[in-house]
Amino acid sequence: MSKIKCAIIGPGNIGTDLLYKLLRSDVLEPVWMVGVDPTSAGLARARELGLKTTEEGVDGLVPHVLADGVQIAFDATSAYVHPENSRKLNELGVVMIDLTPAAIGPLCVPPVNLETHAENAVMNVNMVTCAGQATIPMVAAVSRVQPVDYAEIIATVASKSIGPGTRKNIDEFTRTTSGAVMSVGGAKQGKAIVVINPAEPPLMMRDTVYCETADEPDRDAITASVKAMIAEVQKYVPGYRLKNGPTFNGRQVSIFLEVEGLGDFLPIYAGNLDIMTAAGARTAEMFARKMLDGSFNPKMAEMA
Amino acid sequence: MALEDQVRGRKVKLHDMCLRDGMHSMRHQISLEQMIAVSTGLDAAGVPLIQVTHGDGLGGSSLNYGRGLHSDQEYISAVASRMKNATVSVLHVPGIGTLDELRMAADCGAGCVHVASHCTEADVTEQHIGLGRKLGMDTVGFLMMAHMTDVEMLVSQALLMESYGATTVYCVDSAGYMLPADVTARVSAMRAVLKPETEIGFHGHHNLAMGVSNSLAAIAAGANRIDGSAAGFGAGAGNTPLEVFAAVAERMGIETGIDVFKLMDVAEDSVLPMMAKPPRADRDSLTLGYAGVYSTFLYNAKDCERRYGLPARDLLMELGRLKMIGGQEDMIEDTALTMAKARGLIAADA
Repeated sequence: MSKIKCAIIGPGNIGTDLLYKLLRSDVLEPVWMVGVDPTSAGLARARELGLKTTEEGVDGLVPHVLADGVQIAFDATSAYVHPENSRKLNELGVVMIDLTPAAIGPLCVPPVNLETHAENAVMNVNMVTCAGQATIPMVAAVSRVQPVDYAEIIATVASKSIGPGTRKNIDEFTRTTSGAVMSVGGAKQGKAIVVINPAEPPLMMRDTVYCETADEPDRDAITASVKAMIAEVQKYVPGYRLKNGPTFNGRQVSIFLEVEGLGDFLPIYAGNLDIMTAAGARTAEMFARKMLDGSFNPKMAEMA
Repeated sequence: MALEDQVRGRKVKLHDMCLRDGMHSMRHQISLEQMIAVSTGLDAAGVPLIQVTHGDGLGGSSLNYGRGLHSDQEYISAVASRMKNATVSVLHVPGIGTLDELRMAADCGAGCVHVASHCTEADVTEQHIGLGRKLGMDTVGFLMMAHMTDVEMLVSQALLMESYGATTVYCVDSAGYMLPADVTARVSAMRAVLKPETEIGFHGHHNLAMGVSNSLAAIAAGANRIDGSAAGFGAGAGNTPLEVFAAVAERMGIETGIDVFKLMDVAEDSVLPMMAKPPRADRDSLTLGYAGVYSTFLYNAKDCERRYGLPARDLLMELGRLKMIGGQEDMIEDTALTMAKARGLIAADA
């Protein structure tokens, strides 16, 4: 079976973890890794794994896109450079999977709305944040049963799993996540809190979801919906687990989760990294299948 | 040199916490009338800095930390407009509060901000310290749970905060765990490397009743800002009782500018009547200090004891063993559920 060729922009933790996942894919083939630092360990690793690399950023990739048949690109850089990266590659008909908090395209949480985005053939989808990927499926699992007035998520991640970019821009992380709790999760109001814990040995990623339903919660229906959604996420993140709950206290529903990573690049405690790259890969695979069966044909800007 | 000789003649700025840390004792339900009565009393007693926000700082009102009776905006506005001399300060924890909330606080009249992070994670505070400075606020870096790391690491984090623009850096004993020698080691190491013009503060909790002694040790080691709380209102067994500290300071010749009798009266007449059972070192609060657990976890742990029949002390010890830090209040119920299931107190599928 032929595969869709992909480029990864950003050879850091996310980009490298993603690379390992793409190498296992039936429908995706990573061919380029794009960086800005010639001494980057991530670029060297990608070269060892047989990818072409450039240290000239997206401008170093652009001249090769058509010749090498790149159709999907993942951006694992930063919210600041993503809009330009996306514009340059979209012009060449490359679909962008955005793993930064830039969120210029529609927000994608695979078990909630991936099919819709794939049917609409969008050219840029944003993967929200790791906290969003871990918690929004649960908000949606409650809101598909009955209206949710307010949802609040608390994500705790190991200090070693959070890079300098996220630390410097922690506000973007919480703002993008709380926005998606509403727009994708279906809560009327949303709030996101992030805690970075330095414990040694590092703690597994933990996520808590609180929902306040408009009326008395339907306990049985919500419990069943939550368990069904857990199984959906487990299809691409096997270490996604319901640790406790759902518990009910008045209108408040509490759901306690743990995310264990696959350990592709960072150790298994970094479930936050794993769920982000797994969601990105799953999204790209859905687009790739549609490209392969001919139902999605992204074109260059001039030709469209 | 005797402690008295080290601190005599020193000028120290006292910072009251009873309307912010005390929010924990009050489950974030202080009324605007109470806020105004206490803050104007503190102002009249000469307290130069008065902190006002939800117990977990700006944006803290939530299901995780408890909803506030009023918004931060209402609290800050109500107090700031009535201050004659005191500066209103706010607590701001990146990851909980956002930059927009800090701008709001400044607009409402807050003139000082404590930008807080866990003692090893100062690099999340760069944007927020930067904004505090840009807004013209007295900008303080606040290193919480400082007992959980070694002196060298704490100093490196204090230097980071200073490099972001903080003009004061705090050693914060959030768990009320430190003994005077721990305070001396940390504060003197910070004093040795921070710029001479950078001030150093100490924020103590009274779980082991060491708030006053630890604050004196901090001053002897070079601190010149001390946090306390009128009537000791605050998380766990409360903060360093401010009126007690002010009286001790006066006896020891430390200049605070406080009218001790007026401050005693605020504590006795305005603060204490707010609570039927003011914070004290009961067995659960004492456990916080004994085991080094975040003081704010106290009431959530007591709630879980009522709900699941699990002793709060056992739960707090387990949270300490799991190395939970400030902000992880959600893990209190999670851990209680796991423990209650293991002990057969609730069904395994609950």
